[in-house]
Amino acid sequence: MDFITPIQLGLLYSIMALGVFITFRILDLPDLTVEGSVVLGMAVCAMITKAGHPYLALFASIIVGALAGLFTGILQTKLKINPILSGILTMTSLYSINFYVTGGLANVALTKERTIFTDLNSIIPNSKPLSYMVTALIITIIVSALLIIFFKTKPGLAIRATGDNEDMVRSSSINANFTKCAGLAIGNACVALSGALIGQQQMFFDSGFGIGIVVIGLAAVIIGEAVFGKRSVTIGIISTVIGSIIYYLIIALARRIDLFPSYGFKLATALIVIIALSFPAVKDWWELHKIRKRAKESLNNIKYN
Amino acid sequence: MLKLIDVNKTFYPNTANEKKALQSINLTLKKGDFVTIVGSNGAGKSTLFNTICGNFLIDKGGIFLDGENITVMPDYKRSYNIGRIFQDPMKGTAPGMTIEENLCLAYTRKAKRSFFALNRRDYKLFYELLKSLDLGLEDRMKVKVGQLSGGQRQAVSLLMSTISSPKLLLLDEHTAALDPKTAEKVLQITNKLVDEKNITTMMITHNINSALKMGNRILVMDEGKIVLDISGEEKSKMTQDELLNLYSQKSRKQFSNDRTLFSANDENI
Repeated sequence: MDFITPIQLGLLYSIMALGVFITFRILDLPDLTVEGSVVLGMAVCAMITKAGHPYLALFASIIVGALAGLFTGILQTKLKINPILSGILTMTSLYSINFYVTGGLANVALTKERTIFTDLNSIIPNSKPLSYMVTALIITIIVSALLIIFFKTKPGLAIRATGDNEDMVRSSSINANFTKCAGLAIGNACVALSGALIGQQQMFFDSGFGIGIVVIGLAAVIIGEAVFGKRSVTIGIISTVIGSIIYYLIIALARRIDLFPSYGFKLATALIVIIALSFPAVKDWWELHKIRKRAKESLNNIKYN
Repeated sequence: MLKLIDVNKTFYPNTANEKKALQSINLTLKKGDFVTIVGSNGAGKSTLFNTICGNFLIDKGGIFLDGENITVMPDYKRSYNIGRIFQDPMKGTAPGMTIEENLCLAYTRKAKRSFFALNRRDYKLFYELLKSLDLGLEDRMKVKVGQLSGGQRQAVSLLMSTISSPKLLLLDEHTAALDPKTAEKVLQITNKLVDEKNITTMMITHNINSALKMGNRILVMDEGKIVLDISGEEKSKMTQDELLNLYSQKSRKQFSNDRTLFSANDENI
Protein backbone atom coordinates (compact mmCIF):
# COMPACT_ATOMS: atom_id res chain seq x y z
CA MET A 1 0.00 0.00 0.00
CA ASP A 2 1.16 3.52 -0.74
CA PHE A 3 1.92 5.11 2.63
CA ILE A 4 3.57 8.22 1.30
CA THR A 5 0.51 9.99 -0.09
CA PRO A 6 -1.69 9.60 3.01
CA ILE A 7 1.16 10.74 5.26
CA GLN A 8 1.78 13.73 3.04
CA LEU A 9 -1.90 14.62 3.03
CA GLY A 10 -2.05 14.06 6.75
CA LEU A 11 0.82 16.48 7.28
CA LEU A 12 -0.64 19.21 5.12
CA TYR A 13 -4.08 18.92 6.68
CA SER A 14 -2.52 18.76 10.15
CA ILE A 15 -1.71 22.47 9.94
CA MET A 16 -5.41 23.09 9.49
CA ALA A 17 -6.10 20.72 12.38
CA LEU A 18 -3.69 22.75 14.53
CA GLY A 19 -5.78 25.82 13.79
CA VAL A 20 -8.88 23.93 14.90
CA PHE A 21 -6.99 22.74 17.99
CA ILE A 22 -6.18 26.32 18.94
CA THR A 23 -9.74 27.58 18.71
CA PHE A 24 -11.58 24.45 19.80
CA ARG A 25 -9.35 23.11 22.58
CA ILE A 26 -7.19 26.00 23.77
CA LEU A 27 -9.72 28.81 23.47
CA ASP A 28 -12.72 26.54 24.03
CA LEU A 29 -14.63 28.31 21.24
CA PRO A 30 -16.37 26.37 18.48
CA ASP A 31 -15.13 28.23 15.41
CA LEU A 32 -16.68 27.57 12.03
CA THR A 33 -14.73 30.34 10.31
CA VAL A 34 -12.39 27.50 9.32
CA GLU A 35 -14.54 26.47 6.40
CA GLY A 36 -14.17 29.92 4.90
CA SER A 37 -10.59 30.73 5.85
CA VAL A 38 -9.16 27.52 4.38
CA VAL A 39 -10.59 28.42 0.97
CA LEU A 40 -9.53 32.05 1.43
CA GLY A 41 -5.95 30.92 2.00
CA MET A 42 -6.14 28.68 -1.02
CA ALA A 43 -7.63 31.45 -3.20
CA VAL A 44 -5.15 34.15 -2.22
CA CYS A 45 -2.26 31.74 -2.60
CA ALA A 46 -3.49 30.54 -6.02
CA MET A 47 -3.78 34.05 -7.43
CA ILE A 48 -0.40 35.21 -6.13
CA THR A 49 1.30 31.97 -7.20
CA LYS A 50 -0.14 32.44 -10.68
CA ALA A 51 1.44 35.90 -10.66
CA GLY A 52 4.74 34.17 -10.10
CA HIS A 53 5.42 34.58 -6.34
CA PRO A 54 4.88 31.26 -4.58
CA TYR A 55 6.53 32.20 -1.27
CA LEU A 56 4.84 35.58 -1.02
CA ALA A 57 1.63 33.66 -1.70
CA LEU A 58 2.11 31.50 1.39
CA PHE A 59 2.94 34.54 3.49
CA ALA A 60 -0.12 36.39 2.20
CA SER A 61 -2.38 33.45 3.02
CA ILE A 62 -1.22 33.58 6.64
CA ILE A 63 -2.10 37.27 6.81
CA VAL A 64 -5.58 36.92 5.32
CA GLY A 65 -6.31 33.93 7.54
CA ALA A 66 -5.40 36.03 10.56
CA LEU A 67 -7.69 38.81 9.34
CA ALA A 68 -10.59 36.38 8.93
CA GLY A 69 -10.06 35.12 12.47
CA LEU A 70 -9.81 38.68 13.72
CA PHE A 71 -13.11 39.52 12.07
CA THR A 72 -14.83 36.64 13.83
CA GLY A 73 -13.20 37.76 17.06
CA ILE A 74 -14.53 41.29 16.70
CA LEU A 75 -18.03 39.97 16.03
CA GLN A 76 -17.82 37.98 19.24
CA THR A 77 -16.15 40.46 21.55
CA LYS A 78 -17.27 43.90 20.43
CA LEU A 79 -20.66 43.09 18.93
CA LYS A 80 -21.25 40.34 21.47
CA ILE A 81 -22.55 37.93 18.84
CA ASN A 82 -22.72 34.27 19.89
CA PRO A 83 -19.41 32.48 19.05
CA ILE A 84 -20.89 29.81 16.78
CA LEU A 85 -22.92 32.39 14.92
CA SER A 86 -19.92 34.69 14.54
CA GLY A 87 -17.99 31.88 12.89
CA ILE A 88 -20.89 31.10 10.57
CA LEU A 89 -21.28 34.77 9.62
CA THR A 90 -17.60 35.10 8.74
CA MET A 91 -17.68 31.82 6.85
CA THR A 92 -20.70 32.96 4.85
CA SER A 93 -19.09 36.31 4.04
CA LEU A 94 -15.99 34.51 2.88
CA TYR A 95 -17.96 32.48 0.32
CA SER A 96 -18.37 35.68 -1.66
CA ILE A 97 -15.02 37.18 -0.79
CA ASN A 98 -13.22 34.12 -2.11
CA PHE A 99 -14.84 34.69 -5.49
CA TYR A 100 -13.78 38.32 -5.41
CA VAL A 101 -10.22 37.11 -4.87
CA THR A 102 -10.26 34.74 -7.84
CA GLY A 103 -12.11 37.19 -10.04
CA GLY A 104 -15.24 35.07 -10.13
CA LEU A 105 -13.56 31.76 -10.97
CA ALA A 106 -14.64 28.63 -9.11
CA ASN A 107 -11.56 26.74 -10.21
CA VAL A 108 -8.02 27.89 -10.90
CA ALA A 109 -5.31 25.64 -12.31
CA LEU A 110 -1.71 26.00 -11.16
CA THR A 111 -0.28 23.21 -13.26
CA LYS A 112 2.49 25.19 -14.91
CA GLU A 113 3.32 27.44 -11.99
CA ARG A 114 6.26 27.41 -9.67
CA THR A 115 5.37 26.38 -6.11
CA ILE A 116 7.22 25.54 -2.92
CA PHE A 117 6.78 21.91 -3.88
CA THR A 118 8.25 22.23 -7.35
CA ASP A 119 11.15 24.15 -5.87
CA LEU A 120 11.94 21.49 -3.32
CA ASN A 121 11.30 18.73 -5.85
CA SER A 122 14.93 17.76 -5.91
CA ILE A 123 15.29 17.16 -2.18
CA ILE A 124 14.85 13.46 -2.81
CA PRO A 125 15.96 12.95 -6.35
CA ASN A 126 13.93 10.70 -8.62
CA SER A 127 11.00 10.51 -6.29
CA LYS A 128 8.43 13.23 -6.54
CA PRO A 129 6.00 11.81 -3.95
CA LEU A 130 8.78 11.40 -1.38
CA SER A 131 10.04 14.94 -1.99
CA TYR A 132 6.57 16.28 -1.55
CA MET A 133 6.19 14.38 1.69
CA VAL A 134 9.51 15.61 3.04
CA THR A 135 8.60 19.18 2.13
CA ALA A 136 5.30 18.81 3.95
CA LEU A 137 7.13 17.30 6.91
CA ILE A 138 9.59 20.19 7.13
CA ILE A 139 6.83 22.79 6.99
CA THR A 140 4.74 20.96 9.57
CA ILE A 141 7.68 20.67 11.94
CA ILE A 142 8.43 24.38 11.62
CA VAL A 143 4.81 25.41 12.24
CA SER A 144 4.40 23.01 15.18
CA ALA A 145 7.65 24.16 16.77
CA LEU A 146 6.64 27.81 16.44
CA LEU A 147 3.27 27.11 18.03
CA ILE A 148 4.75 25.07 20.88
CA ILE A 149 7.19 27.86 21.69
CA PHE A 150 4.52 30.53 21.36
CA PHE A 151 2.23 28.91 23.90
CA LYS A 152 5.05 28.92 26.42
CA THR A 153 5.42 32.69 26.21
CA LYS A 154 3.42 35.20 28.23
CA PRO A 155 0.96 36.10 25.44
CA GLY A 156 0.50 32.39 24.73
CA LEU A 157 -0.19 31.73 28.40
CA ALA A 158 -2.76 34.52 28.44
CA ILE A 159 -4.57 32.99 25.46
CA ARG A 160 -4.59 29.58 27.15
CA ALA A 161 -5.99 31.04 30.35
CA THR A 162 -8.73 32.86 28.44
CA GLY A 163 -10.06 29.52 27.30
CA ASP A 164 -9.77 28.16 30.82
CA ASN A 165 -11.18 30.91 33.03
CA GLU A 166 -11.92 34.23 31.37
CA ASP A 167 -12.80 36.03 34.61
CA MET A 168 -9.42 35.23 36.06
CA VAL A 169 -7.70 36.69 33.02
CA ARG A 170 -9.59 39.95 33.46
CA SER A 171 -8.64 40.02 37.15
CA SER A 172 -5.01 39.67 36.12
CA SER A 173 -5.42 42.90 34.20
CA ILE A 174 -5.22 41.24 30.79
CA ASN A 175 -7.64 42.29 28.07
CA ALA A 176 -9.60 39.08 27.48
CA ASN A 177 -11.22 40.42 24.30
CA PHE A 178 -7.79 40.98 22.86
CA THR A 179 -6.54 37.49 23.70
CA LYS A 180 -9.65 35.90 22.19
CA CYS A 181 -9.16 37.80 18.94
CA ALA A 182 -5.47 36.93 18.93
CA GLY A 183 -6.22 33.22 19.42
CA LEU A 184 -8.79 33.23 16.64
CA ALA A 185 -6.39 35.09 14.35
CA ILE A 186 -3.56 32.64 14.96
CA GLY A 187 -5.83 29.62 14.53
CA ASN A 188 -7.27 30.83 11.26
CA ALA A 189 -3.83 31.88 10.01
CA CYS A 190 -2.77 28.23 10.37
CA VAL A 191 -5.91 27.08 8.60
CA ALA A 192 -5.38 29.48 5.71
CA LEU A 193 -1.72 28.42 5.39
CA SER A 194 -2.87 24.82 5.22
CA GLY A 195 -5.32 25.68 2.44
CA ALA A 196 -2.57 27.52 0.58
CA LEU A 197 -0.16 24.60 0.83
CA ILE A 198 -2.79 22.09 -0.29
CA GLY A 199 -3.61 24.36 -3.21
CA GLN A 200 0.04 24.47 -4.24
CA GLN A 201 0.45 20.75 -3.77
CA GLN A 202 -2.56 19.73 -5.81
CA MET A 203 -1.87 22.62 -8.22
CA PHE A 204 -5.53 23.43 -8.25
CA PHE A 205 -7.88 25.78 -6.50
CA ASP A 206 -11.40 24.56 -5.82
CA SER A 207 -13.95 26.93 -4.26
CA GLY A 208 -15.90 24.06 -2.73
CA PHE A 209 -12.89 22.73 -0.85
CA GLY A 210 -13.90 24.02 2.53
CA ILE A 211 -17.23 22.28 2.89
CA GLY A 212 -17.17 19.82 5.76
CA ILE A 213 -13.55 20.48 6.54
CA VAL A 214 -14.12 21.38 10.17
CA VAL A 215 -14.98 17.76 10.89
CA ILE A 216 -11.67 16.62 9.41
CA GLY A 217 -9.84 19.02 11.69
CA LEU A 218 -11.84 17.84 14.70
CA ALA A 219 -11.23 14.22 13.70
CA ALA A 220 -7.48 14.82 13.78
CA VAL A 221 -7.63 16.55 17.18
CA ILE A 222 -9.83 13.89 18.72
CA ILE A 223 -7.96 10.90 17.30
CA GLY A 224 -4.80 12.49 18.64
CA GLU A 225 -6.36 12.81 22.08
CA ALA A 226 -7.68 9.26 22.00
CA VAL A 227 -4.14 8.03 21.35
CA PHE A 228 -2.10 10.36 23.55
CA GLY A 229 -4.60 11.51 26.15
CA LYS A 230 -5.49 15.08 27.04
CA ARG A 231 -2.37 16.46 28.63
CA SER A 232 -0.46 19.63 27.97
CA VAL A 233 -0.69 21.99 25.03
CA THR A 234 2.64 20.76 23.69
CA ILE A 235 1.48 17.14 23.70
CA GLY A 236 -1.79 18.31 22.19
CA ILE A 237 -0.05 19.96 19.24
CA ILE A 238 2.05 16.88 18.52
CA SER A 239 -0.90 14.53 18.97
CA THR A 240 -3.02 16.60 16.58
CA VAL A 241 -0.42 16.27 13.83
CA ILE A 242 -0.16 12.54 14.40
CA GLY A 243 -3.95 12.27 14.63
CA SER A 244 -4.23 13.87 11.23
CA ILE A 245 -1.78 11.38 9.74
CA ILE A 246 -3.61 8.45 11.36
CA TYR A 247 -6.89 9.75 10.00
CA TYR A 248 -5.61 9.82 6.45
CA LEU A 249 -4.06 6.38 6.84
CA ILE A 250 -7.44 5.05 7.96
CA ILE A 251 -9.14 6.66 4.98
CA ALA A 252 -6.51 5.26 2.60
CA LEU A 253 -6.95 1.82 4.13
CA ALA A 254 -10.71 2.02 3.79
CA ARG A 255 -10.34 3.14 0.17
CA ARG A 256 -7.97 0.26 -0.50
CA ILE A 257 -10.50 -2.23 0.76
CA ASP A 258 -12.98 -0.57 -1.62
CA LEU A 259 -15.16 0.11 1.36
CA PHE A 260 -16.86 3.11 -0.16
CA PRO A 261 -16.94 5.19 -3.35
CA SER A 262 -15.31 8.62 -3.40
CA TYR A 263 -18.51 10.42 -2.46
CA GLY A 264 -18.72 8.39 0.75
CA PHE A 265 -15.63 10.18 2.03
CA LYS A 266 -17.42 12.65 4.30
CA LEU A 267 -19.68 10.00 5.81
CA ALA A 268 -16.64 7.88 6.55
CA THR A 269 -15.02 10.88 8.23
CA ALA A 270 -18.03 11.48 10.44
CA LEU A 271 -18.16 7.83 11.43
CA ILE A 272 -14.47 7.79 12.31
CA VAL A 273 -14.92 10.86 14.52
CA ILE A 274 -17.95 9.32 16.22
CA ILE A 275 -16.02 6.15 16.97
CA ALA A 276 -13.02 8.07 18.29
CA LEU A 277 -15.22 10.32 20.41
CA SER A 278 -17.13 7.42 21.87
CA PHE A 279 -13.99 5.63 23.14
CA PRO A 280 -14.26 7.05 26.69
CA ALA A 281 -18.00 6.39 26.91
CA VAL A 282 -17.63 2.82 25.67
CA LYS A 283 -14.77 2.25 28.12
CA ASP A 284 -16.91 3.53 31.01
CA TRP A 285 -19.84 1.38 29.91
CA TRP A 286 -17.59 -1.67 29.83
CA GLU A 287 -16.28 -0.94 33.33
CA LEU A 288 -19.84 -0.50 34.59
CA HIS A 289 -20.83 -3.77 32.97
CA LYS A 290 -18.01 -5.58 34.78
CA ILE A 291 -18.99 -4.05 38.13
CA ARG A 292 -22.61 -5.04 37.62
CA LYS A 293 -21.62 -8.59 36.78
CA ARG A 294 -19.46 -8.82 39.89
CA ALA A 295 -22.24 -7.41 42.08
CA LYS A 296 -24.74 -9.89 40.70
CA GLU A 297 -22.40 -12.81 41.40
CA SER A 298 -21.71 -11.73 44.97
CA LEU A 299 -25.44 -11.33 45.53
CA ASN A 300 -26.01 -14.91 44.37
CA ASN A 301 -23.34 -16.15 46.79
CA ILE A 302 -25.01 -14.43 49.72
CA LYS A 303 -28.37 -15.97 48.92
CA TYR A 304 -26.99 -19.48 48.84
CA ASN A 305 -25.24 -19.03 52.19
CA MET B 1 -6.17 55.48 49.01
CA LEU B 2 -9.80 54.75 48.14
CA LYS B 3 -12.47 57.41 48.01
CA LEU B 4 -16.12 56.81 47.22
CA ILE B 5 -18.15 59.98 46.82
CA ASP B 6 -21.95 59.85 46.73
CA VAL B 7 -22.01 56.47 44.97
CA ASN B 8 -25.46 55.36 43.86
CA LYS B 9 -26.59 52.27 42.02
CA THR B 10 -30.14 51.17 41.33
CA PHE B 11 -30.98 47.96 39.49
CA TYR B 12 -34.03 47.86 37.20
CA PRO B 13 -35.04 51.46 37.89
CA ASN B 14 -38.69 52.38 37.48
CA THR B 15 -39.87 48.80 37.31
CA ALA B 16 -41.51 46.43 39.78
CA ASN B 17 -38.09 44.82 40.46
CA GLU B 18 -36.39 48.08 41.33
CA LYS B 19 -33.61 47.57 43.87
CA LYS B 20 -31.70 50.51 45.30
CA ALA B 21 -28.50 48.53 45.83
CA LEU B 22 -26.28 51.45 46.89
CA GLN B 23 -27.61 54.72 48.26
CA SER B 24 -25.31 57.71 48.57
CA ILE B 25 -22.27 55.80 49.78
CA ASN B 26 -19.47 58.02 51.04
CA LEU B 27 -16.32 56.23 52.11
CA THR B 28 -12.68 57.11 52.54
CA LEU B 29 -9.94 54.55 53.14
CA LYS B 30 -6.39 55.46 54.11
CA LYS B 31 -3.44 53.45 52.85
CA GLY B 32 -2.96 50.39 55.01
CA ASP B 33 -6.53 50.33 56.33
CA PHE B 34 -7.94 46.85 56.79
CA VAL B 35 -11.70 47.20 56.76
CA THR B 36 -14.10 44.35 57.49
CA ILE B 37 -17.62 44.65 56.15
CA VAL B 38 -20.65 42.92 57.63
CA GLY B 39 -24.32 43.11 56.87
CA SER B 40 -27.33 40.99 56.10
CA ASN B 41 -27.78 39.43 52.66
CA GLY B 42 -28.84 42.00 50.13
CA ALA B 43 -27.29 44.85 52.10
CA GLY B 44 -25.13 45.83 49.17
CA LYS B 45 -21.73 44.46 50.19
CA SER B 46 -20.91 42.52 47.00
CA THR B 47 -22.47 45.27 44.91
CA LEU B 48 -20.06 47.69 46.54
CA PHE B 49 -17.16 45.48 45.49
CA ASN B 50 -18.56 45.14 41.99
CA THR B 51 -18.73 48.89 41.54
CA ILE B 52 -15.18 49.37 42.81
CA CYS B 53 -13.93 46.66 40.42
CA GLY B 54 -15.85 48.02 37.48
CA ASN B 55 -18.10 45.03 36.79
CA PHE B 56 -20.79 47.62 36.18
CA LEU B 57 -20.87 51.39 36.18
CA ILE B 58 -22.56 53.47 38.86
CA ASP B 59 -25.52 55.76 38.32
CA LYS B 60 -24.13 58.71 40.19
CA GLY B 61 -21.01 59.64 42.09
CA GLY B 62 -17.27 59.13 41.84
CA ILE B 63 -14.69 56.48 42.67
CA PHE B 64 -11.06 57.44 43.20
CA LEU B 65 -8.15 55.08 43.75
CA ASP B 66 -4.93 56.67 45.01
CA GLY B 67 -6.06 59.98 43.60
CA GLU B 68 -6.90 58.55 40.18
CA ASN B 69 -10.49 58.81 38.93
CA ILE B 70 -11.55 55.28 38.02
CA THR B 71 -15.29 55.88 37.87
CA VAL B 72 -15.61 54.86 34.20
CA MET B 73 -12.43 52.84 33.73
CA PRO B 74 -12.97 49.29 32.25
CA ASP B 75 -12.63 46.34 34.61
CA TYR B 76 -9.42 44.85 33.28
CA LYS B 77 -7.65 48.20 33.55
CA ARG B 78 -8.76 48.63 37.15
CA SER B 79 -7.52 45.16 38.04
CA TYR B 80 -3.98 46.40 37.44
CA ASN B 81 -4.26 47.95 40.90
CA ILE B 82 -7.14 46.05 42.46
CA GLY B 83 -7.04 42.41 43.52
CA ARG B 84 -10.19 40.46 44.25
CA ILE B 85 -10.88 37.05 45.73
CA PHE B 86 -14.26 35.38 45.55
CA GLN B 87 -16.13 32.98 47.76
CA ASP B 88 -15.96 30.26 45.10
CA PRO B 89 -12.43 28.83 45.04
CA MET B 90 -12.93 27.91 41.37
CA LYS B 91 -13.27 31.52 40.24
CA GLY B 92 -9.85 32.93 41.02
CA THR B 93 -7.67 30.44 39.20
CA ALA B 94 -7.42 28.72 35.82
CA PRO B 95 -8.08 25.05 36.66
CA GLY B 96 -6.44 23.54 33.57
CA MET B 97 -3.12 25.24 34.20
CA THR B 98 -0.44 24.57 36.79
CA ILE B 99 0.21 26.60 39.96
CA GLU B 100 3.34 27.95 38.32
CA GLU B 101 1.47 29.10 35.22
CA ASN B 102 -1.29 30.70 37.27
CA LEU B 103 1.18 32.67 39.37
CA CYS B 104 3.02 33.68 36.24
CA LEU B 105 -0.19 35.04 34.72
CA ALA B 106 -1.05 36.98 37.85
CA TYR B 107 2.43 38.47 37.86
CA THR B 108 2.36 39.24 34.11
CA ARG B 109 1.79 42.95 34.24
CA LYS B 110 4.36 43.67 36.87
CA ALA B 111 7.05 41.12 36.03
CA LYS B 112 10.24 41.97 34.20
CA ARG B 113 10.24 41.37 30.45
CA SER B 114 11.20 37.87 29.43
CA PHE B 115 10.62 35.68 26.38
CA PHE B 116 9.44 32.53 28.04
CA ALA B 117 6.64 32.84 30.54
CA LEU B 118 8.12 30.34 32.97
CA ASN B 119 11.72 31.17 33.65
CA ARG B 120 14.17 30.51 36.43
CA ARG B 121 14.08 34.00 37.92
CA ASP B 122 10.33 34.05 38.41
CA TYR B 123 10.38 30.40 39.44
CA LYS B 124 12.56 31.25 42.44
CA LEU B 125 10.22 34.02 43.49
CA PHE B 126 7.17 31.77 43.23
CA TYR B 127 8.92 29.00 45.17
CA GLU B 128 9.74 31.32 48.05
CA LEU B 129 6.23 32.75 48.12
CA LEU B 130 4.58 29.33 48.09
CA LYS B 131 6.98 28.14 50.79
CA SER B 132 5.89 30.97 53.07
CA LEU B 133 2.32 29.72 52.92
CA ASP B 134 3.43 26.61 54.78
CA LEU B 135 1.05 24.33 52.86
CA GLY B 136 3.58 22.23 50.97
CA LEU B 137 2.52 23.73 47.66
CA GLU B 138 6.06 24.75 46.72
CA ASP B 139 6.79 21.12 45.86
CA ARG B 140 3.70 20.85 43.70
CA MET B 141 4.22 23.76 41.37
CA LYS B 142 3.65 21.68 38.26
CA VAL B 143 0.33 20.32 39.53
CA LYS B 144 -2.81 21.52 37.75
CA VAL B 145 -4.75 23.87 40.03
CA GLY B 146 -7.98 22.00 39.32
CA GLN B 147 -6.63 19.09 41.38
CA LEU B 148 -6.10 21.13 44.54
CA SER B 149 -8.56 21.34 47.41
CA GLY B 150 -10.71 24.44 47.98
CA GLY B 151 -8.50 25.79 50.75
CA GLN B 152 -5.35 25.31 48.71
CA ARG B 153 -6.94 27.04 45.73
CA GLN B 154 -7.94 30.00 47.87
CA ALA B 155 -4.39 30.19 49.22
CA VAL B 156 -3.07 30.24 45.65
CA SER B 157 -5.68 32.86 44.73
CA LEU B 158 -4.51 34.99 47.66
CA LEU B 159 -0.95 34.69 46.51
CA MET B 160 -1.96 35.56 42.96
CA SER B 161 -3.78 38.70 44.01
CA THR B 162 -1.01 39.96 46.25
CA ILE B 163 1.97 39.03 44.09
CA SER B 164 1.54 42.12 41.94
CA SER B 165 1.32 44.34 45.03
CA PRO B 166 -2.08 45.84 44.27
CA LYS B 167 -3.13 49.13 45.81
CA LEU B 168 -6.42 47.64 46.98
CA LEU B 169 -7.41 44.09 47.87
CA LEU B 170 -11.04 43.02 47.98
CA LEU B 171 -11.91 39.80 49.80
CA ASP B 172 -15.45 38.67 49.12
CA GLU B 173 -16.28 36.09 51.84
CA HIS B 174 -13.24 34.18 50.70
CA THR B 175 -13.35 31.65 53.53
CA ALA B 176 -17.08 31.02 53.40
CA ALA B 177 -16.77 27.80 51.37
CA LEU B 178 -14.01 26.32 53.54
CA ASP B 179 -14.10 24.17 56.66
CA PRO B 180 -13.28 26.01 59.95
CA LYS B 181 -9.69 24.77 60.21
CA THR B 182 -8.78 25.64 56.63
CA ALA B 183 -10.65 28.94 56.94
CA GLU B 184 -8.52 29.81 59.96
CA LYS B 185 -5.36 28.96 58.03
CA VAL B 186 -6.43 31.07 55.04
CA LEU B 187 -7.24 34.00 57.34
CA GLN B 188 -3.79 33.69 58.90
CA ILE B 189 -2.23 33.80 55.46
CA THR B 190 -4.42 36.78 54.58
CA ASN B 191 -3.21 38.71 57.61
CA LYS B 192 0.40 37.85 56.90
CA LEU B 193 0.36 38.89 53.22
CA VAL B 194 -1.59 42.07 53.91
CA ASP B 195 0.74 43.08 56.74
CA GLU B 196 3.91 42.34 54.77
CA LYS B 197 2.98 44.52 51.86
CA ASN B 198 0.79 47.01 53.74
CA ILE B 199 -2.05 46.53 51.27
CA THR B 200 -5.27 48.46 51.78
CA THR B 201 -7.85 45.73 52.22
CA MET B 202 -11.61 45.35 52.41
CA MET B 203 -13.03 42.04 53.61
CA ILE B 204 -16.66 40.93 53.50
CA THR B 205 -17.54 38.32 56.06
CA HIS B 206 -20.58 36.87 57.77
CA ASN B 207 -18.52 35.84 60.76
CA ILE B 208 -18.80 38.76 63.18
CA ASN B 209 -16.01 37.40 65.34
CA SER B 210 -13.56 37.48 62.44
CA ALA B 211 -14.84 40.90 61.50
CA LEU B 212 -14.08 42.24 64.96
CA LYS B 213 -10.78 40.39 65.35
CA MET B 214 -9.25 41.32 62.02
CA GLY B 215 -8.42 44.69 60.66
CA ASN B 216 -8.54 48.15 62.14
CA ARG B 217 -11.99 49.22 61.00
CA ILE B 218 -15.43 47.70 60.67
CA LEU B 219 -18.34 48.77 58.47
CA VAL B 220 -21.88 47.57 58.86
CA MET B 221 -24.10 47.87 55.80
CA ASP B 222 -27.85 47.72 55.56
CA GLU B 223 -30.19 48.40 52.66
CA GLY B 224 -27.46 49.92 50.52
CA LYS B 225 -26.21 52.31 53.17
CA ILE B 226 -23.32 52.25 55.63
CA VAL B 227 -24.98 52.34 59.04
CA LEU B 228 -21.95 51.84 61.28
CA ASP B 229 -18.30 52.78 60.87
CA ILE B 230 -16.13 51.85 63.83
CA SER B 231 -12.38 52.00 63.97
CA GLY B 232 -9.33 51.96 66.19
CA GLU B 233 -9.76 51.63 69.97
CA GLU B 234 -13.54 51.51 69.88
CA LYS B 235 -13.36 48.56 67.48
CA SER B 236 -10.78 46.60 69.43
CA LYS B 237 -12.82 46.96 72.61
CA MET B 238 -16.13 46.01 71.02
CA THR B 239 -17.74 42.62 71.59
CA GLN B 240 -20.12 40.76 69.35
CA ASP B 241 -23.15 41.57 71.52
CA GLU B 242 -22.36 45.28 71.65
CA LEU B 243 -22.11 45.37 67.88
CA LEU B 244 -25.42 43.59 67.39
CA ASN B 245 -27.09 45.99 69.82
CA LEU B 246 -25.73 49.02 68.02
CA TYR B 247 -26.87 47.52 64.71
CA SER B 248 -30.46 46.96 65.82
CA GLN B 249 -30.53 50.43 67.33
CA LYS B 250 -29.53 51.99 64.02
CA SER B 251 -31.97 49.85 62.08
CA ARG B 252 -34.79 50.67 64.46
CA LYS B 253 -34.07 54.35 64.11
CA GLN B 254 -34.52 53.97 60.38
CA PHE B 255 -37.65 51.95 60.93
CA SER B 256 -39.20 54.72 62.97
CA ASN B 257 -38.36 57.18 60.21
CA ASP B 258 -40.40 55.08 57.82
CA ARG B 259 -43.24 55.03 60.36
CA THR B 260 -43.31 58.80 60.53
CA LEU B 261 -43.30 58.93 56.76
CA PHE B 262 -46.31 56.66 56.50
CA SER B 263 -48.28 58.47 59.23
CA ALA B 264 -47.54 61.81 57.58
CA ASN B 265 -49.02 60.47 54.35
CA ASP B 266 -52.09 59.22 56.18
CA GLU B 267 -52.74 62.70 57.54
CA ASN B 268 -52.57 64.18 54.08
CA ILE B 269 -55.11 61.69 52.82
